[in-house]
Amino acid sequence: MQSFKKVKSVITSLDQVNVDTDQIVPKQFLKLVQKSGFGKFLFYDWRYDDKGNLKSDFVLNNEKYQNSKILVTGDNFGCGSSREHAVWALLDYGFSVIIATSFADIFYSNCFKNGLLPIVLNENQISKLHHETGLIEVDLENQIIKTSNEQITFDIELHKKKILLEGLDDIAQTLQYEKKISEFEKESKIPSVL
Amino acid sequence: MGKTLFEKIWDTHLVVEKNDGPSLIYIDRHLIHEVTSPQAFDGLRINNRRVRRPDLTIATMDHNVPTNDRSLPILDQTSAIQIQALEKNCSDFGIQLFDISSPNQGIVHVIGPQLGITLPGTTIVCGDSHTSTHGAFGTLAFGIGTSEVEHVLASQTLWLDKPKPFEIKVEGKRKDTHAVTAKDIILSIIKKIGTAGGMGTVIEYRGDGISDLSMEQRMTICNMSIEAGARAGLIAPDEKTFDYLRGRKYTPKNYETLVDYWKENLKTDKDAKFEKNFILHIDNIAPQVSWGTNPGMTCDVTESIPSPEDFSKGDHNQKKGAEKALEYMDLKPGIPITEIKIDRVFIGSCTNARLEDLIEASRIIKGRKVSPHVRAMVVPGSQMVKKQAEELGIDKIFTNANFEWRESGCSMCLGMNPDILSPGERCASTSNRNFEGRQGTGGRTHLVSPVMAAAAAIEGHFVDVRKWM
Repeated sequence: MQSFKKVKSVITSLDQVNVDTDQIVPKQFLKLVQKSGFGKFLFYDWRYDDKGNLKSDFVLNNEKYQNSKILVTGDNFGCGSSREHAVWALLDYGFSVIIATSFADIFYSNCFKNGLLPIVLNENQISKLHHETGLIEVDLENQIIKTSNEQITFDIELHKKKILLEGLDDIAQTLQYEKKISEFEKESKIPSVL
Repeated sequence: MGKTLFEKIWDTHLVVEKNDGPSLIYIDRHLIHEVTSPQAFDGLRINNRRVRRPDLTIATMDHNVPTNDRSLPILDQTSAIQIQALEKNCSDFGIQLFDISSPNQGIVHVIGPQLGITLPGTTIVCGDSHTSTHGAFGTLAFGIGTSEVEHVLASQTLWLDKPKPFEIKVEGKRKDTHAVTAKDIILSIIKKIGTAGGMGTVIEYRGDGISDLSMEQRMTICNMSIEAGARAGLIAPDEKTFDYLRGRKYTPKNYETLVDYWKENLKTDKDAKFEKNFILHIDNIAPQVSWGTNPGMTCDVTESIPSPEDFSKGDHNQKKGAEKALEYMDLKPGIPITEIKIDRVFIGSCTNARLEDLIEASRIIKGRKVSPHVRAMVVPGSQMVKKQAEELGIDKIFTNANFEWRESGCSMCLGMNPDILSPGERCASTSNRNFEGRQGTGGRTHLVSPVMAAAAAIEGHFVDVRKWM
C-alpha cells in the first residue's frame, strides 16, 4: 500500500451531511474488476449532466480546485454501501485527505487499507476550513493541519497512523499470527459449512 | 459485571487481543459475491496466497444478475465479465459457488439462513453492508470492504476495533400485525435515532416487540441496522431461531448439541451494561413511508411531507439536507403522503423478499389489479423463495394482478442489472435505501413495507393499508 506522510493543497469544500457511497461512486461503475480508473466516476451524478457534460455549479468542476488533494465535508461521510470503490475513486481522482465531523464505520476502515487519511474535526474547525481559500498543509507525523492563520491538531489512533506512515501490508502482518489462528481453529466448536 | 450477547460472541472469537488498538477476531463464515470480490482474489494471486478456509467460504452471484429468463445470455458485457470472474475465482481457489443456474442461488443474505449456513453465536462477514441481516440469528454479522474480503480469504480473521453495545428495546403490541410490520418498526427506529445514530455500535434489539416477530421479520429489522449507521444488529436466539435452522441443507450434524450450548450462552446477562439505550413503543405506530433521500427521512402514512424547518429541529445541516432531498424528490412540504402518485413498485431485496413478505403482499393483491399507470414487479429473494411461492400459487396471484414475477437477485434495490428506474420515475420500494439515484439515475425511491407497496400498486398512490385489513 502507498504510504502517506504530508500533503499541501487547496481545499475542496463539499458542505453536506450524510454523503453516501452511492453518491461517491454510483452503482453502474462497480462492474470493473480492477482497483484503478474509478476517479472519472467520482460523484458522477453531481459532476455530469445527463448528456455527460460537466455541471458548472458543482464544486469539483471549479477550475480553482482541479489539483485539490483535500476534501472537507460534513457528518457521516461515506455512509451506506460498503463499496471500497468509493475510496478507490477518491484516491484515483487525486484526494489523499478527507476531513469531516464524522465518518461511517465501514468507509473509515476502508480508508486505512488504501492510504487515504480520514481526519475528524469538530464543527467549528470544519466551518472555518470551508472558508479557507489558500494552501493548507496536512502533516500526519506531527498530527497538524496548517492553515494561513492557525495550526489545528488532530487525533488519530497510533496503530492507524503507523499503517499510513509506513504503508503496511495488513495481511503480511496478520499471517505472522498463523500459530495463534491455528490454535484457535483447533478449539473452535463451529463446524465447517460443507 | 455481566456481559451483553455481543460481548460474549466477541470474547469467544478473539485470536489476538490488544489493549491499544484493534483485536484480531476469527471469522466463522465468509460470504462472497461477484461485485466486491474480484479485486480481493487478484490481491491473493499477486502475493501468491491461498484461501485459508475454502470450507468456511460460500459464494453466489446476486448483485448484477438479470432477473429475466435465466436461459438467455447476459447482454451487459461488464456484468458478464464480473460473473465469469467469480466462476473462475471460485474454481481456482476451491470455493463452493451457487451460480446463476443453481437452485440455491439468491441474494446472499437470503440464502445464508435458508441453507442453514448462518448459525447463532458465530461471526459472519461479507463484502456487503446488509450482512447485518444475519444478526437475527444471534450472529455477529457485518459488512466489510474488498481489502478486508482479501484479508479474510487469506487469514480467516479480521482486525477490528471493538464496537460499543447499544440496546434498542421494542415494547408493546402492534394493533394490526398484518398492516404494521417489522419494516415499520425499523423505519420508526431510524426516523428517531437518525442515520448516524448507531455509529460505532452493535445494536441488540430486545423486548416483547422483538420476541413476537417471526425469524423473517427479525431479519428485516437487523438488515437495516446499517441504515442507522450501526456496524451490526443482533437478536438473542430463542426457540423460533432454533426451529428455523433445524434440518436445513447445511445445518451441522451435531446441531442439537450446539443448540444446548447456545441456550446456555447466547443471552445478555441481567447485570450487563449497554453504552447506549433507546426504547420504541409500538402500540400505536403507523405504516411508514420515506419521503427524502436517506432512510431517516421518513414519516407516518397519515402525515404530510414535513417542512425542512420542522424536520431539522434547528440543525442547520439537517435543514439543508432536507431542502436538497425535497428538490431531488420533487416534493413540497404539506403534501399528504397519500396524495403522492407512483409510477413503479418494487417488491424485493434482502430486506423484504422472503416467503412471508410475498405471502403478506399477495393477501393485499388478491382479486385486484395494478393501477393502469403503474409498472409493478416482484423479485423473490432466492430461487428457493421463488419455488416455495410458486408451490403455494402466489406467483399466480401476482401475475393475475399484472405484477411481473421475476427471477431472484438484488435487482432494483441497487439497479446494477437492467431493472432500473428512468429519470423522474417514482417508486414504492420494499428495499432499504432511498439515496439519490440508487434505483436508477434521477429515480425517486420511497421505502415502504411489502403490504404498503402492494396497496400502492393497486391504487397508484400511497394508501393507509390498515384500512384494507
